[in-house]
Amino acid sequence: MTENQVIVGLEVHCQLDTKSKLFCGCSTDYRSDGPNTHVCPVCLGLPGSMPVLNKKAIEYAMRVAKAFNCTVIRESEFSRKNYFYPDLDKAYQITQYDKPLAEGGYLEIEADEAREKRVQLTRIHVEEDPGRLVHMGNAERGKYSLVDYNRAGIPLIEIVSEPDMRSPKEARKFLNKLRATLEYLGVFDSEKEGSIRVDANISLSGSERVEIKNITSYKGVEKALTFEVTRQKNLLRRGLKVDRETRHYLEAQGITQSSRSKEQEHDYRYFPEPDLRPIHVQSWVKDILLPELPDARRERFIAQYGCSLNHARTLTGGLRLANFFEKTVASDPKVLSTLAATWIADTLIGELNYRSMSIDALDPDSITGLVLLLKQDTITDKSGIDVLRVMLDQHLNKQPCEDPQAIVTRLNLAKTAGDTGALAAVILEVISENPKAVDDYNAGKNGAINFLVGQAMKKTRGRSDPGELNRKIVEKLGTKEP
Amino acid sequence: MAEHRIVFEPEDRYHAFLTVCKNATYGSGTLSGIAVAVKDNISTKGIETTCASKILKGYIPPYDAHVVNLLKQSGAAIVGKTNMDEFGMGTTTENSAFGPTLNPCDPTRVPGGSSGGSAAAVAAGMVQMALGTDTGGSIRCPAAFCGIVGLKPTYGRVSRYGLIAYANSLEQIGPMAKNVADVSRLMQVIAGYDCRDTTSYDHPYTHTPDADITGLKIGIPQEYFGAGVDPNVAAVVKTAIAHLEELGATTVPCSIPSMEYALAAYYVICTSEASSNLARFDGVRYGHAADTKKSWHDAFREVRRAGFGTEVRRRIMLGTFALSSGYYGKYYAKAQIARENVKKDFARILSEVDVIAGPTMPTIAFKLGEKSDPLSMYLSDILTVPANLAGIPAISVPCGMVNRMPVGLQIMGRPFEDERVVDVAYAYEQAVMQ
Amino acid sequence: MVTEKDVEHIAGLADIGINTDELGTFTGQFNAILDYFDVLDRVQGDGVITRDLSNVMREDEVSPSLLLEDVLKNAGAHEDGFIKAPRVM
Repeated sequence: MTENQVIVGLEVHCQLDTKSKLFCGCSTDYRSDGPNTHVCPVCLGLPGSMPVLNKKAIEYAMRVAKAFNCTVIRESEFSRKNYFYPDLDKAYQITQYDKPLAEGGYLEIEADEAREKRVQLTRIHVEEDPGRLVHMGNAERGKYSLVDYNRAGIPLIEIVSEPDMRSPKEARKFLNKLRATLEYLGVFDSEKEGSIRVDANISLSGSERVEIKNITSYKGVEKALTFEVTRQKNLLRRGLKVDRETRHYLEAQGITQSSRSKEQEHDYRYFPEPDLRPIHVQSWVKDILLPELPDARRERFIAQYGCSLNHARTLTGGLRLANFFEKTVASDPKVLSTLAATWIADTLIGELNYRSMSIDALDPDSITGLVLLLKQDTITDKSGIDVLRVMLDQHLNKQPCEDPQAIVTRLNLAKTAGDTGALAAVILEVISENPKAVDDYNAGKNGAINFLVGQAMKKTRGRSDPGELNRKIVEKLGTKEP
Repeated sequence: MAEHRIVFEPEDRYHAFLTVCKNATYGSGTLSGIAVAVKDNISTKGIETTCASKILKGYIPPYDAHVVNLLKQSGAAIVGKTNMDEFGMGTTTENSAFGPTLNPCDPTRVPGGSSGGSAAAVAAGMVQMALGTDTGGSIRCPAAFCGIVGLKPTYGRVSRYGLIAYANSLEQIGPMAKNVADVSRLMQVIAGYDCRDTTSYDHPYTHTPDADITGLKIGIPQEYFGAGVDPNVAAVVKTAIAHLEELGATTVPCSIPSMEYALAAYYVICTSEASSNLARFDGVRYGHAADTKKSWHDAFREVRRAGFGTEVRRRIMLGTFALSSGYYGKYYAKAQIARENVKKDFARILSEVDVIAGPTMPTIAFKLGEKSDPLSMYLSDILTVPANLAGIPAISVPCGMVNRMPVGLQIMGRPFEDERVVDVAYAYEQAVMQ
Repeated sequence: MVTEKDVEHIAGLADIGINTDELGTFTGQFNAILDYFDVLDRVQGDGVITRDLSNVMREDEVSPSLLLEDVLKNAGAHEDGFIKAPRVM
């Protein structure tokens, strides 16, 4: 290992998308409801209540284990992790300690050197989410906390990686691959707020390990790690040591900060949960049918739709996106695929992100329509972007949504390329109105043509193809008598 | 559904009750109109449930325990919640935060514990039946001390959903009454599968006690009649066992070597589980309210210091210690191995005999305040804890007197042979009644 | 043998609050009990715990939650549906 080599390991907690909680029948669909409206004696930790394990959560976790080539252990069991915190209603979390559901396994990611790399996994286990704490008050009124137990008992899958990543970027790729795979398996909804939480371990080879806890966004992970690499390198450069510690990532400032830790390390006093029975599910593995996973889908996109590797990677990077692409081109893949791939991967995603919109807001048919207009040369690329933006804004502002052809007609965006007479007239106008540019061009300043093209574009309000204008103006000027 | 009311205004001279339901309703069913008392660690919807602790004073559960549902369905009238040792931790009911219960046989003596209130209510004739709970003898001990019948069912035969947990892997809710027939009737109501209790078995109890014990083989363990057992108590129990022989049973001497460490294993396991179970009482969602002006740890610590009695705090600390890093292997892990050995010993003996008999308690009921040293208090559980460790059924039936105080005969049986254990107790009871 | 300091440490771990006037007695009693527990050191066994029931699970079905008023009824303090707790530092 090279000196000061970055070493990263991740512990990822994802909420499993079951209908009811891990140990009780409360609905998991709590996000649009008021606090403490999705609780029962079990998840509220009322005395006398008892947990009953949700089979679906185990099935989902096993799908993940199989997809990542983990070994499901013969006898798995739940343990209590004891600590005191207001959001932990039983003062213990039911988790898995020395007998997790599965061990080993790996994820394949695109490494920094642009080759495929395996990140080994240590283990996968299932546990319950604690409640949610909101801090209130001020110095005068007195600070206090408010607790909402709606989230308490939501099933979590925890995936622990070996410290195999070598940069913040690799960590991000790992997370993306993990997220996409969980989506493809149908066990995780990445669009649900707070559905993923990451603890990252980072060290520079030869130095102590730092843990950054509770990062709640994908981007945050890369940013936090990038900050840490710089912080640790700076310390070493100044001849100081990196302390082994726990830090928190402050999303707003993009920095990590040392946690005001208690004097003693937590002693969680793990012991097997006496109210639950062990799990013997090794025999279930063979019956699990995995759907098409991201890597396979990527290869299929390349083979079936002729996508480039980069486009295929992007388009299969999320389940919704991949489904959207396939629906868009379904009516005529041969004709639509290449253009659709480019437009969705290179343009649509950016426009959606800019508006914080989900791709689910769009009807694939509208993109199909747009792609056809482009394919048929009815509109220019620039007009295409305009049409796209109009469609997205209509969705965003909850206005009636027009189809692309309607927008083109309404805004008169159809290319005038077909109407050669009108175009010729515009060109003549431009030439006569801009004698200096013409002279410059004739004097050998080829760049002057761009000015003339620009003027023509203005007159046609962008409906013409600049390449075509260029050609026709040059043609015209060529025939002009000096 | 419930249409009738029972008027219950007893003179509670022995402080058996913490809460009295003056106008309890009841419906139709096998126990229609029968006054039943419920130990105060069993959740009753709308009725204060305190576990005899200040930390739960004022707690009103929003749900019923499974057994309470079953009681209601059987038409019983739930007339009140009975006193107990705080959170079930004790052998005398002196550890109640609200004052002890007195023994109706001699009010200067303890009624036993932790289900002392239920036992006293039955013994004093205030109720016909009561529910108790047994973690290390807490039904059988007060039954023996008060001269009534109490059954600890096979582990998992009665749902624990709604029982405020002390030691999950050891405890069971069980029936208490003046006679075996009533104990059996109540067992029939409360036993059976509950999908909300993952440790419950689908094994209903439908049995009428049968006094015929001809051919029964009874194991007599030497450890139940050795040092530490009052010779007068031992003698009374031996006489009772002789009665059983007259009824057609034969006795076989046996030995339970794991008795040497059974009590230690019991106290390690129950305090460990308790330390975890009782950590949830933080005054936030229920119970003695936390001071929200303090910081979390300060407030939490204060709620527990003020709300838990000395014995509870002691056991929580013992359990915390037994589970702590560096000590888990020495205590908790070893205790689990010890427990397996106890199970194996009983399985071995019960493959050669049908039941095991001995005294329920090593002495008669102590005087109030007599046992102040915790360890000597723990040692009096020596004869009852093995059945909890092994998960087997065990009953105590009155079998004579010493110093005018009742003595209990304990019968233990194979897992899920609660019926047989009831039969042996019934056979004895019927024989001496004549 | 545990010292008073050890007992204080355990009380801290358990967040149990022990009065200084109790500490001496507690420690004495603690030690007597732990001495008694030493008998466990002699326990021999293969450590294999017999498990009879396994795979006890329920279907992923939603059942009704408690009414908010029932949730808040026993809480010491609440605000806008949230349960109030002492602040965490």
